[in-house]
Amino acid sequence: MSRLDYGSAIRAGFVHLLESHPEVFVIGQGLWAKWYVGNSMTDLDKIYGSERVMDSPVSELACTGAAVGASLCGYRPVIVHPRVDFMLYAMDAIVNQAAKWSHMVGGQAHPAVTIRGIINRGGQQGAQHSQALHAWFAHIPGLRVVMPATPEDARDLLISAVLCDDPVLYLDDRWLYEWQGDLPPVVERPLEQERPRVLSEGHDITLVGAGYSTKLCLDAAETLSEQGISGEVVDLRVLNPLDSNVIVDSVSKTGRLLAVDGGWRTCGLAGEIIARVAERLSPHSLKGTPTRLTLPDTPAPTSAPLEQAYYTTVADIVTTVKDLVNG
Amino acid sequence: MASDFNSVDQLGELADPQAFRGKIDLNSMDPELLREQLRSMLKIRRTEEIIGDGIECRQVVCPVHLGIGQEAIAVGVSAHLRTSDRVFGTHRSHSHYLALGGSLDSLLGEILGKDNGCSRGMGGSMHLYDRERGLLGTVPIVAGTIPLAVGAALAAKKDGRGDVAVAYFGDGAAEEGAFHESLNLAATWKLPVLFVCENNLFSSHMHISLRQPANRVARYAEANCIPADTIDGNDVVAVSRIAEEMVGRARAGEGPGFLEAVTYRWRGHVGYREDEDVGVNRGTALEQWKFRDPIRRLAEALVSAGALTANTYQELDDLVTTEVAEAWRRAEAADFPPASALHDRVYADGCR
Repeated sequence: MSRLDYGSAIRAGFVHLLESHPEVFVIGQGLWAKWYVGNSMTDLDKIYGSERVMDSPVSELACTGAAVGASLCGYRPVIVHPRVDFMLYAMDAIVNQAAKWSHMVGGQAHPAVTIRGIINRGGQQGAQHSQALHAWFAHIPGLRVVMPATPEDARDLLISAVLCDDPVLYLDDRWLYEWQGDLPPVVERPLEQERPRVLSEGHDITLVGAGYSTKLCLDAAETLSEQGISGEVVDLRVLNPLDSNVIVDSVSKTGRLLAVDGGWRTCGLAGEIIARVAERLSPHSLKGTPTRLTLPDTPAPTSAPLEQAYYTTVADIVTTVKDLVNG
Repeated sequence: MASDFNSVDQLGELADPQAFRGKIDLNSMDPELLREQLRSMLKIRRTEEIIGDGIECRQVVCPVHLGIGQEAIAVGVSAHLRTSDRVFGTHRSHSHYLALGGSLDSLLGEILGKDNGCSRGMGGSMHLYDRERGLLGTVPIVAGTIPLAVGAALAAKKDGRGDVAVAYFGDGAAEEGAFHESLNLAATWKLPVLFVCENNLFSSHMHISLRQPANRVARYAEANCIPADTIDGNDVVAVSRIAEEMVGRARAGEGPGFLEAVTYRWRGHVGYREDEDVGVNRGTALEQWKFRDPIRRLAEALVSAGALTANTYQELDDLVTTEVAEAWRRAEAADFPPASALHDRVYADGCR
């Protein structure tokens, strides 16, 4: 076991990949600068060479497209976008090209590219420095989407994503970078076998999250247990293709569901989770109405009090759960 | 092209259908090789003609963009490529596919959505694939494959075996950000990629003078310090000569090249018709441009050099026409993909 924070765990994933897989290389803006990527890539260019860890021009589309092109030629590139907002310039390469390539060519070629987007928000950064947008991408067939919540997943889902033959969007969150965890030695696991996971067992309500929302759910479950309410936390981990079984099994046990998401409400991930449960479980088998906590349907603000109101907190989850459980 | 815009004519005679009408200069190229290139151009044309007939009788339904009149470019460029190179095309890529030696049966099967198609019936005319001959893919999103070709060139540079990437695109691609980002990236990283602009003066129904401040697309290559040449794209020898030089430089590690080949498509942007682009009347320029026919000009030059006669040309054309007609019948008879293909080809391991 080694104790690592989430940012260092991402770096450990890169170290494993660059050490063991010569076909892996990384492109992106700010890879040589801590300001852009935190402690997740520190000195990798110095250790593995600037040819394999390439800081890039300000060309999100061309760099992402280039990563897709190289992935069709035997490489496993990782293209890093230090903020999801800027990655939007690369939508064609991600959505039209990478995600559809296999299907369009009859399964004869697969872009083994990983697109890493960093969710970087708070700190009054405002509307164009705060977006998550995982729900958009999880909507796209052919694009696998993973959101690591724990330090272990930050490392291991990165490794699984890069070693997967399909295009994968890997979304990590700067708000998680200081979370410490004990990591076992690396075991390479096929991404297609990874599923949502129960991180904390309980029997009164199922809390579902992904990425930072999972951390909020875990913290809320701890507070709730002190108040005699037992919450079960399901971490989604892999948003697309989404396996509903773990969620449905948990809700059949607890009878209650709260979906927590760091994205917007309308057409969002939390709505999808509720729909998946509603499709499988009769309302009569539930003890309460499935509920969601999301961002309000507004862009991120800059002003401090507005920002406090914008983001979901542990206290919001605790209050909502108490209302649901106590009726 | 009357307009209120002040687009600068930098192409001059290259865009003038009154010019370059005579036989091309064979420039001491091997007549045997040129007869083979003539055959390749004829095959592309007869293939696209039969596809056009299929559209007209509604047998072909998927969007099809014919490149009749532009055959010399792909044939001239492909003469200098090898199967380990990485070629990317566009919505108008039948010529790119066939010039690399792609199977006629698989092309026609693809257009009819058949399981024997080059993309196993999943792509149609706009998504062609032939890995064995170096065609890594074609897509209709304008400029969409240019960054991919740059990445394939980055991979080739890492491989260190002297392979090159080729990005085919039209003049409309120069209006996309992906094009400019890609030129910047390829030049900055000195990547072995050949940018081939098939400048047919039109993007859909819009003449270049209505879309760009000047009609010579290679000006953007110069802005990115990329060696460029703008030539008559209906002259297979001229295309071949410049392609050879630029591919050679890229293989030698000297970075990207930009070949702008000025041409004209005989059919409308999409579909089989000569008289309209997406419902807009095309005017009279086509009749003039037909005098710049790349096939006739090569054939005349070969006749003049004593390497071809009217009879041998006719025999060649008859052979190609029969080959295409037979392939079409086989494609008609081929099976459609199984229903499972809808789900099984989304992910590498099959869909969960």
